[in-house]
Amino acid sequence: MKCEDISNELIAYLDRRANSAERRAVEDHLAGCAACRERAEEFRALWGALDGMPVIEPSPGFDARVRQRVTAEPRPGWFAWLVPQPRLAFSLAMLLALGVWMARLPNRAGYGAPTEQEDFNAIKDLGVLENYEVLMKFDALSELPAAPAPQPVPRQQGDQITND
Amino acid sequence: MTRSDVQLMLDVKAGDEASFEFLLRKYRSPLVNFLYRMVRDEATAEDLAQEVFLRVYRARKQYSPSAKFTTWFFRIATNLALNSVRDNRYRKREVPLDAPAEEDAPPFELPTREMRIDEHMAERDRAEFIRRAVAALPEKQRAAVLLHKYEEMDYGEIAKILDCSESALKSLLFRAYETLRVQLAPLVVQPAAHRAGEGRPS
Repeated sequence: MKCEDISNELIAYLDRRANSAERRAVEDHLAGCAACRERAEEFRALWGALDGMPVIEPSPGFDARVRQRVTAEPRPGWFAWLVPQPRLAFSLAMLLALGVWMARLPNRAGYGAPTEQEDFNAIKDLGVLENYEVLMKFDALSELPAAPAPQPVPRQQGDQITND
Repeated sequence: MTRSDVQLMLDVKAGDEASFEFLLRKYRSPLVNFLYRMVRDEATAEDLAQEVFLRVYRARKQYSPSAKFTTWFFRIATNLALNSVRDNRYRKREVPLDAPAEEDAPPFELPTREMRIDEHMAERDRAEFIRRAVAALPEKQRAAVLLHKYEEMDYGEIAKILDCSESALKSLLFRAYETLRVQLAPLVVQPAAHRAGEGRPS
């Protein structure tokens, strides 16, 4: 490990937060490098010196001013009990909307297997539909417009078939 | 039984005002000192500290203990301090050219590395010497040193607060301490006799 490589690990080594591998690497380097050893000693002395940093006390009215500002904060109204959590309220609203949407969908049971009564109704009129006499005399059918006869498609000039 | 900070904050969330009072008493002094060392002005530091407590109170309903309380708390404080320092720097740039000279603190001569500290140097001068050396660090380095040295936070916490990786933080801290080692040389330099024949780092 070179001197420039040790720099980032030196602080962690000195404040005893380096892991065992980092510690061993730094110790190996320090054992053979007097300059880094000196620098490490100066860092230790620096931390001792930094303890001499002046300390101030909050002013006597500090707590009172914080309390005053906190008290001036708007309190949650009675409706806050109804909406304890915005996320929960949103989730409930989405669930409600989903429920309404599903309720308005067409009844899917109608597309499913026919019920016994529906089967009976279908069979009940089957004999009438199969009776040709009844169908011929059914007035409602005569009012239907007659289907046009299919027209032959005129041949185009380019469509001529040659037997050459 | 002593409640943890996270538990206290959860109690505040549940509406217990006494727990907020407890957090206020516990953290007012470290917070004001941290902010004072960041912004270099007592009145501004107290204003910002009040703002931090107010933000904690406002955010109580959304609080979730995903990290240590101090990480969250000092992250709010650090962001406010960094914004204040940057705003203040910007305002100072807007001073008109014909304005009188800045009446900040009087110039403080930092001793050279060779200068021996006077044994009779008053304790107050020594403290002021240290305070100014720390205050002269770039703001992010300053925040890193304050959280590392004075709040004794681990690297993971500080990295989260400063929004950087742990390796970037180690590099930041090394540069900061290296600057302080040079600036505060009269307080930290080894006696010449011990250094005889030894070179500087390669």
